Amino acid sequence: MATRNDKRETYYESIIKQGYSRRDFMKFATYIAAYMGVETSMIGQVVKSLETTYRVPVIWEHFQECTCCSESFIRSDHPIVADIILDKISLDYTLTLMAASGHQAEKAKHDTMEKYKGEYILCVEGSVPLGADGNYCCIAGRSAKDILVEAAAGAKAIIAWGSCATNGCVQAAYPNPTEATPIHKIIKDKPIIRVPGCPPIGEVMAGIIIHMVTFGKLPELDRMGRPKAFYAKRVHDSCYRRPYYDAGLFVESFDDENAKKGYCLYKVGCRGPMTYNSCGTIRWNNGVSFPIQSGHGCIGCSEENFWDNGPFYERLTSLHGFGIESSADTIGKVAAGALAGGIAAHAIAANVSKRKELRLRTKGGKENEKKLDL
Amino acid sequence: MANRIVVDPVTRIEGHLRIEVEVKDGVITDAFSSSPMVRGLENIVKGRDPRDVWAFVQRACGVCTTIHALASVRSVEDALGIAVPPNAEMVRNIMEGALYMHDHTVHFYHLHALDWVDVVNAIKADPAKTSELAQSISPWPKSSVGYFTDVKKKITRFVESGQLGIFANGYWGHPQMKLPAEVNLMAVAHYLEALEWQKEIVKVHTIFGGKNPHPNYLVGGMACAINTEDPGGLNAERLAYVGKLLEEGKQFIEQVYIPDLLAIASFYKDWGKVGKGSFGNYMSYGDFPTNGYNDPAGFKFPDGAILNFDLSKVHEVDRRNNDIEEFVNNSWYESYAEGANSGKHPWEGETNIKYTGPQPPYDQLNVNEPYSFIKTPRWKGHPMEVGPLSRMLVGYARGNKEIQEIVNASLAKLDVPVEALFSTLGRTAARGIETQLVANWTMEFYDTLINNIKNGDTRMADSNMREPERWPAETKGVGHCEAPRGALAHWIRIKDQKTENYQLVVPSTWNASPRDPKGQRSAYESTLIGTPVADPELPLEIIRTIHSFDPCIACAVHLYDEHGKHISQVSNVSGCDI
Repeated sequence: MATRNDKRETYYESIIKQGYSRRDFMKFATYIAAYMGVETSMIGQVVKSLETTYRVPVIWEHFQECTCCSESFIRSDHPIVADIILDKISLDYTLTLMAASGHQAEKAKHDTMEKYKGEYILCVEGSVPLGADGNYCCIAGRSAKDILVEAAAGAKAIIAWGSCATNGCVQAAYPNPTEATPIHKIIKDKPIIRVPGCPPIGEVMAGIIIHMVTFGKLPELDRMGRPKAFYAKRVHDSCYRRPYYDAGLFVESFDDENAKKGYCLYKVGCRGPMTYNSCGTIRWNNGVSFPIQSGHGCIGCSEENFWDNGPFYERLTSLHGFGIESSADTIGKVAAGALAGGIAAHAIAANVSKRKELRLRTKGGKENEKKLDL
Repeated sequence: MANRIVVDPVTRIEGHLRIEVEVKDGVITDAFSSSPMVRGLENIVKGRDPRDVWAFVQRACGVCTTIHALASVRSVEDALGIAVPPNAEMVRNIMEGALYMHDHTVHFYHLHALDWVDVVNAIKADPAKTSELAQSISPWPKSSVGYFTDVKKKITRFVESGQLGIFANGYWGHPQMKLPAEVNLMAVAHYLEALEWQKEIVKVHTIFGGKNPHPNYLVGGMACAINTEDPGGLNAERLAYVGKLLEEGKQFIEQVYIPDLLAIASFYKDWGKVGKGSFGNYMSYGDFPTNGYNDPAGFKFPDGAILNFDLSKVHEVDRRNNDIEEFVNNSWYESYAEGANSGKHPWEGETNIKYTGPQPPYDQLNVNEPYSFIKTPRWKGHPMEVGPLSRMLVGYARGNKEIQEIVNASLAKLDVPVEALFSTLGRTAARGIETQLVANWTMEFYDTLINNIKNGDTRMADSNMREPERWPAETKGVGHCEAPRGALAHWIRIKDQKTENYQLVVPSTWNASPRDPKGQRSAYESTLIGTPVADPELPLEIIRTIHSFDPCIACAVHLYDEHGKHISQVSNVSGCDI
């Protein structure tokens, strides 16, 4: 029987074994560095890490979910990344892809938990129902809560994939019939990386895993536990339709002349101004598009309680709590707000600042609408 | 004495599924299908704006993403009398077609193949012979000796590394694994290729719907406005991108998926006699409209029902009368007021959760009591199997030339009789057969869309009836479609501009449900009976038949309305958290 460390190879070794060239490897390292927002001068360090880092076992649990996170993960587009995720981390347990079923599957997980205690990464897809003593989600005759607590105990770190694991998502929407609960409310003694979105972007998911196995540490997180590299900016701040917002040019109803011209979707409910995500920059499925580019407003799927922030097609200003201010504001102020947003992304992650920021934006939006009406 | 075998979790599916079977003298004598997970989506959408509901119920499933959104927008449009513009119908068809191409191919390689393909055995293959084999069955260019040598090297190193990852504890070396090493190697190579390929075809969803999984839909049409003269709209570049993706997808299906399916199936013809089940009832709602949702004659997949294996007669299926009923006699819900054994049409559907199963941790379910979160739907009291096989059989029995030709040709290639369709092998073959049809049709839809635009029709949504002021005070609708896994419908009642009631009856509800009040088994339970199990410790045979249905369980369990229980009520649904 092989011992734990003698068979584990570095990324570099395994990539070369798989027939990739040194050049491919360097390209990959550069890519990853770019994704991580690392300075060019740091690429050498990324390369060094990849050459010397060992494979990390991963246990991926599925609780109350729809499997969109797993699906998004396998959409991660850059070929060598997909290879690494499937071959270079050791994905020892995932209900979606693993060959074994039943007790053979459970055994594979328990082998990893024992053999790699304190070393494996625990990924969680789905929320945990606490209603009815946990009976709303059982696997192999055990409740999701028990399974989570057991798997978390030996984990080095935990990744909460998607809005289910980070904030409960759709099953936690009013009236949350099963008491669907995000994992940070159950596990309090481990670092948890929260990766919201329904689902998160595939390249973001791959990027976070690669960050952890490459640098052997968590990516830098904001106050809400989200990786800064991907959640520091609002969709609104990186939206290519933003100039239309600033100019007061809006889609009034779907498929109208303004929709055909690709104007701002704010008036048909776009949640871009209150949603922190990378959709405007990384975009989806290898940068092909993102919701706004395809004509539909952002529904804010990476924000807490987004399901209860509806109706989706009502503009933010007409929602209770927003836009009740009647004093005039200026577009210039909104622009200043955007600048501040860019500089102090960390600060506006705080709820209080966010509310203020949002108020500014919605006021600006109303002003723009007035201009349009004139 | 019979032995109980429990398989939980069933992996390589969507959702959570538990199968318990009784085995006597190496043969399954009884079977129980259970889902131990519930979320409550139907209750959550109550009181919401009907135009928003598609997004909630789309989250029933992230694997067959899009299809619940489609069923939902159709139900609302049906209730409000909205006919979507032809372009929107085509865009929806193209997205659904892309879903089939993606979902069926991924099912074959990543969810089903490891039941038939021995990954570890592939390292014994001769790459030269593998190359010869691959070139003899397909013109697919990646088939050289060098290519298979590389793949073999890759797998060998992977196996030797000792860290088997997703392949750990698989059914390698099982006596039921019958493929020669060369076929195993070819299949593993294509497993990896398909994993790369699958992220391409979904870009069709990204172009029209902004993202995948979970692209955006719209009541009244689609949001992707057409403007061939502007970078802001669906223009020539975007449309050309879709065309390229569809062509490439079709090529992969024709040159990789189908040849592999036939090659692998030819070694497992004995599975044409396994998994038949006792009732022989197959149902399709029909789908891929070409002349509007209300004209079934224009559907590419015909609708109808077949009873008791009788292909000489196709029965009409009405989704609006009480022919369709759901029962909860063996499910973890409160009984209906009309009695424990009564059924309800989904428009009247009401369900209150009541878990009465064992307290975890448990080893076995008490199958004399309710044993699943899945309800039990019946058509005119009959259990119905739904899915690719049902669609092909209904089309075949309807005399649809296109379907008859491709089914006959596939049977001839495998040299098996028509009866072989009623089986585990038949289900898996039917899935491949219809994927080819759908890939062809999707190109037709694409051409129709382009021609419409060329002829000056650029409408994509009917926004008039989106305004609630125009809605009747009370109305109801049904949105049905054929999901990759089978007949799917959503029933909505709208009152005072809000969703008053909402029910989903999904393919896996039909197939995976527990027994009805008459004691009739549904498809999973029925088709497992009689299956031999070589090794009770490694019940691969159970997995094969269950996977032939392509289970999607989070969809199947979605329900309930818990009266009197209001947990942390969000009284101001306006972002009080911001």
